[in-house]
Amino acid sequence: MQPDSVELAEAAAVWSGAYVHVPFCARVCPYCDFNVVAGRDDLQHRYESAVLAEIESEPAWRSLDSVAFGGGTPSRIPARSLAAIVLAIRQRFGLVEGAEVSLEANPEDWSEPLAESLIAGGFNRVSFGAQSFDPAVLVGLGRLHDPADIDNGVKSARQAGFGSVSLDLIFGTPGESMASWQRSVERALELEPDHLSLYALTVERGTALSRAIKGGAPAPDEDDQADKYETAQELLAAARYVRYEVSNFARAGHACRYNLLTWAQGEYLGFGPGAHGHRSASRYRNIHRLDAYLEAVEAGTRPEQGRDQLSSWEREQERLILGLRRAAGAVAGCAGEALLESEWGRRLLGAGVLGSFGGRIVVDKPLLGDDVARAVLALAPIDC
Amino acid sequence: MSSPVSIRNFSIIAHIDHGKSTLADRMLERAGAVSEREMRAQVLDTMDLERERGITIKAQAVRLEHKAPDGERFVLNLIDTPGHVDFSYEVSRSLAACEGAVLLVDAAQGVEAQTLANAYLAIEAGLEVIPVINKIDLPAADPERVSEELASILGIDADEVIRVSAKTGEGIDELLNRIVRDVPPPTTDGGDLRALVFDSYYDSYRGVVCYVRVVDGTLAPGDSLLFSATAERHTASEVGFLTPLAVPVARLGPGEVGYLITGVKEIDRIRVGDTISHPGSARIQPLPGYAEPRPMVYSGLFPSDGEDFERLREALEKLRLNDASLVFEPETSRALGFGFRCGFLGLLHMEIVRERLEREYNLDLVATSPSVAYHVTTTDGSSFEIRSPQDLPDRGRIQFLEEPYVRAMIIAPSEYTGTIMELVQARRGTMDHMQYLSPERVELIYNLPLAEVVFDFFDQLKSRTRGYASLDYEPGEYRASDLVKVDVLLNGQSVDAFSAITHQDKAYQYGKQMVERLRRLIPRQLFDVPIQAAIGSRVIARETVKARRKDVIAKCYGGDVSRKRKLLERQKEGKRRMKMVGSVEVPQEAFISALRIDSET
Repeated sequence: MQPDSVELAEAAAVWSGAYVHVPFCARVCPYCDFNVVAGRDDLQHRYESAVLAEIESEPAWRSLDSVAFGGGTPSRIPARSLAAIVLAIRQRFGLVEGAEVSLEANPEDWSEPLAESLIAGGFNRVSFGAQSFDPAVLVGLGRLHDPADIDNGVKSARQAGFGSVSLDLIFGTPGESMASWQRSVERALELEPDHLSLYALTVERGTALSRAIKGGAPAPDEDDQADKYETAQELLAAARYVRYEVSNFARAGHACRYNLLTWAQGEYLGFGPGAHGHRSASRYRNIHRLDAYLEAVEAGTRPEQGRDQLSSWEREQERLILGLRRAAGAVAGCAGEALLESEWGRRLLGAGVLGSFGGRIVVDKPLLGDDVARAVLALAPIDC
Repeated sequence: MSSPVSIRNFSIIAHIDHGKSTLADRMLERAGAVSEREMRAQVLDTMDLERERGITIKAQAVRLEHKAPDGERFVLNLIDTPGHVDFSYEVSRSLAACEGAVLLVDAAQGVEAQTLANAYLAIEAGLEVIPVINKIDLPAADPERVSEELASILGIDADEVIRVSAKTGEGIDELLNRIVRDVPPPTTDGGDLRALVFDSYYDSYRGVVCYVRVVDGTLAPGDSLLFSATAERHTASEVGFLTPLAVPVARLGPGEVGYLITGVKEIDRIRVGDTISHPGSARIQPLPGYAEPRPMVYSGLFPSDGEDFERLREALEKLRLNDASLVFEPETSRALGFGFRCGFLGLLHMEIVRERLEREYNLDLVATSPSVAYHVTTTDGSSFEIRSPQDLPDRGRIQFLEEPYVRAMIIAPSEYTGTIMELVQARRGTMDHMQYLSPERVELIYNLPLAEVVFDFFDQLKSRTRGYASLDYEPGEYRASDLVKVDVLLNGQSVDAFSAITHQDKAYQYGKQMVERLRRLIPRQLFDVPIQAAIGSRVIARETVKARRKDVIAKCYGGDVSRKRKLLERQKEGKRRMKMVGSVEVPQEAFISALRIDSET
């Protein structure tokens, strides 16, 4: 099925998923604001036990369509730990036929034996943090791999039998030329991945990058990033990759299920420190700090840190905001109709950012999508 | 009631920061009017803002008691005066209630522009001037030089100048004795009541409190009083004097200074400068009043939040209760909504009012560029005054435009003469004359357009003379000038708040500066936004805010949903505070920053 098909987008709303957060990293990348720890690999064993215990104590649920391991760096913990967690999830909840079991991996951690162990452990999708094929850009991003690691990673993943291989690229790093970016995209395409995620480098608060910029280092430039996005989009379209979300591109049949499920407001469980879950109109999150998370689970308590119970109007707004990130757009529904009639919405329609047809709304200029989201949040609550 | 022969009424006049309030405090302390506990620093400056800025805004009168060396007791009424050029009208007001003035000069700074301006006011009012040098305890004090300067200005002997330190108290007794010796006692013709209202303020419990100087006759509670100017009658409910605490008395007699409460609640009904008498008394020869304070600078004040319009009106009305010089009328701006066109005595007055509105009334305001009042003569021969660029008729209908000039007095060390001349020339000023006060200090008199003075002239003067120059000015005549209105257009639509009337030669500079500032201040929008400055239909400067190209969160997965939503919520609130000018979103901050007066000229 085409990644941007309306049927696929809507079907994902009833899928079920699980997210496992693996916080370990060799070092913290300067732009990263995720929940990570570096230099605490000694806790990996306790971590595995805690996640297994957390899965065991979770009440029985439906069979899952997607299991995603994110980080951090999932490839940093032993393959047998990853396999044990997949097994526990399968035993506790069950996996549907053809379920997606995916992990993020750093190219420098990858090897043929690892790939084979992961296939044996039930994984069928891998997403490599390639980021760039320009060694200078990789250094600027604080990455430890070189371009050859990416080539080797993709090849060995294919050989081991991964059915879906994805690459993450970051564009708009200060100092990255257009030629460098174009070359990175071309090099990525030469590897024929099934899926590509292209992320504009974002300056998050509290990161080393943010501090460096405050100290006078060059910041990413909006126009440069827009140019690079457009260039990449052309190259990818020519290579028959379909954009199905702001930053995500795939070939037919390779849209990421966990992603689709998220944007369709589907339900998923979260395991591991800082992991988020979404069930029964409630978004909850686990204890963020690894040590505190471990202590809570080891003490036999639920490691939940907090939850947001959404009102029906908040859910309706969220449905639209998440759905409109997709190329397939979203059913207009109650909030969508209101958006199209609002002054802000009309401005967005007039500027060609927003489009509507057949009861659906789409964002035609994905690079300007946040203003649509803000317009949705600015709507007065409606009793839908 | 004191006998006129034992009364001395005097003011202290000085350039700003020469130590007037500290001297007043010291006198109060020495004359036993204030106990230690009541003695906060500078008791005469009551408002917080005055304290913070170290300037006196409101004139007040305090009674002191002094025993002369021979044992004779005197009542001294000290009438405080403000020290900033914006408030010189209040100085003349206070002087009308006095027979003497202490001319105070900083021993290190020497004679400054307002020293001279105030000295001339006192001499014109026929007061006995007592020259005093303050801060003789300072290491940089040069009392010899300053005495010479004072002597040459006043035409007196240098050894007549008293030297004091208000800080240490040195010389204060000598000064009090000199006041008793030299300031003439008030005179009276022995007739029926005539009293001068020289100030008033609004007290939320007592209503309007008038400061009065009784010239003839007596003023007592229960008296029926006729106010000449308004022809209104009110009954005195209380009279008294301030120590500075209010002390009610049975009556105020000839020569005495004190307060009067009548139960009037609206300050507009009491005119400062008015003469009070008893109705039915044979003669009502009004005392010489003084000119109404005339606003020199106008600016539009608009609430950031349109819903605060009524609160702004109430706040302005309350401020006016104690500040008759503040004038305002409703104004509508397409860009800023509903607000008020306000008239101020000067830029400092404007800043103080704005700060008080924001601080005491918790209002968030946008102020438009300060403007002066122009005289327009149209082709059909009619003439009128405009206080806002929006009121300027089409160019085709204007025969000529006139702008107000001021006579500016600048005193500075002579080495800065060249620098000052350059600055004044750039501001379209012409020299009237110059004279050396001493070999090192020069006085320069210029005729300058007021509009050039209100725009950061004082700051420029200070910075170019390392703070040594001082400035005073008085209103002059209106003169015809080559004036044009510069409009600023956002996406083709004129933004009235940014329009300004400028001299032809400065139009380009103003236009260029505004469009450049706005290009930096206006965020990128969904489309290109041209920013133009134009005179009529002729565009004189142009910039473009390029359309936004990327405004989207790159990653939004399961763990990001709640966080990103909160981020977008905050951004949405920021957008909501923007003003729509046509289809362009303009942040509040852009209005404030673009209109900020700074030295970027």
